[in-house]
Amino acid sequence: MKSWRGPPVPVAARPSVGSSGRTSSWRIQKPVVNLKRCTRCRMCWIFCPDVAISFTKRGPAINHDYCKGCGICANECPAKAITMEAL
Amino acid sequence: MREELVEEELFAPGHRACAGCGATLAVRLALKALGKNVIVANATGCVEVISTPYPETAWRVPWIHAAFENAAAVASGVEAALKSLGRRGVKVVAIAGDGGTADIGLQALSGAVERGHDFIYICYDNEAYMNTGIQRSSATPFGAWTTTTPVGRVKRGKDRPKKDVPAIIAAHGAPYVATASVAYPIDLIKKLRKAAATEGPTYIHIHCPCPPGWRFDSDKMIEVARLAVLSGAWILYEIKNGRLNVTIKPPKRRPVSDYLKMQGRFKHLTDAEIAEIQRTVDERCRHLGVG
Ligand SMILES: Cc1ncc(C[n+]2csc(CCOP(=O)(O)OP(=O)(O)O)c2C)c(N)n1
Ligand code: SF4
Ligand code: SF4
Ligand code: SF4
Ligand SMILES: [Mg+2]
Repeated sequence: MKSWRGPPVPVAARPSVGSSGRTSSWRIQKPVVNLKRCTRCRMCWIFCPDVAISFTKRGPAINHDYCKGCGICANECPAKAITMEAL
Repeated sequence: MREELVEEELFAPGHRACAGCGATLAVRLALKALGKNVIVANATGCVEVISTPYPETAWRVPWIHAAFENAAAVASGVEAALKSLGRRGVKVVAIAGDGGTADIGLQALSGAVERGHDFIYICYDNEAYMNTGIQRSSATPFGAWTTTTPVGRVKRGKDRPKKDVPAIIAAHGAPYVATASVAYPIDLIKKLRKAAATEGPTYIHIHCPCPPGWRFDSDKMIEVARLAVLSGAWILYEIKNGRLNVTIKPPKRRPVSDYLKMQGRFKHLTDAEIAEIQRTVDERCRHLGVG
């Protein structure tokens, strides 16, 4: 009897950035950061559900491929350094 | 920077959650707390559906898709296998929604806690079956509109109170049980770390607002979560070896109407109905020692 060699296709999904494509194409507005006002408190970064903010020495950097424009970062910024603008 | 705020992201961007999803933020923060050495068993529901469109996934840790009802049973099996292989240093984590926890997964969870498996169970509570279109669960709060608790002349949204799952798990004698909120990330991360450092079954119940299901604009997600805590509608506590400790005490509680009025799912409520909800919130706050 032939021994079973496992399934014909991989059963494990691979971890990937953009598993659902370039999800920023969903958005109707985008966050714009005014670094002069930014106090680098990181509130915007910690609250982003889309993992679309990374932190640099100068402040937050938005990933415009995956930011869905939810507006949480702008709403939570204590310094009002982020505004939501038309695309 | 505070040590809780780990830079590494173990949940990748480009997933398909709705804009402003609280449950997804809960997962991102939980993975920051727990790090790489985990094996996740995830019940069917939004978090599973939005993260893993096969053959790709947003999870950068080992992850198993369980059925709707058996995340705790899958986690039990993985934990038992690790133990018999003598593998140490890997924490098994079950993750399920409120439906997968309070309703269909409750017996699997109860069994796993009673058997004493060394694992963390995370319930991300968006207070309804969101993945299938906003049906009520036993964790939907009193008065909330869902597609199966409609609002009209006779029915006024859900007519039963929210099931208290953390209390049920605490009654099993679990060594660590806690509630958390996405609006309090440091508190959430600290609690998950305590759960990870505890041997035996631990349970973390995270309040996760859902913009489309609760009917509010996505930018208000954290504001809604915070108001739940500031009004006492959601209380942040931990129960360590049977001892209760409230971790965030609002200095002066906000009226619960501030929380309810932000959400379309409560917009039908009359002043008398809101007063009734305020009474139950006050009673619960008194019971748990929140001012
Ligand atoms: C046995 C079974 N019944 C029904 C379903 C369909 N189903 C998939 S997810 C879901 C609701 C999940 O609700 P919850 O656990 O609260 O997670 P959420 O979608 O809200 O994240 C249902 C009913 C299923 N997958 N399996
Ligand atoms: S929340 Fe505002 S002030 Fe804080 S880091 Fe972000 S942009 Fe800067
Ligand atoms: S708008 Fe939303 S998705 Fe975009 S960076 Fe801000 S918080 Fe993240
Ligand atoms: S329906 Fe709600 S819980 Fe589900 S992905 Fe959308 S925002 Fe998140
Ligand atoms: Mg749910």
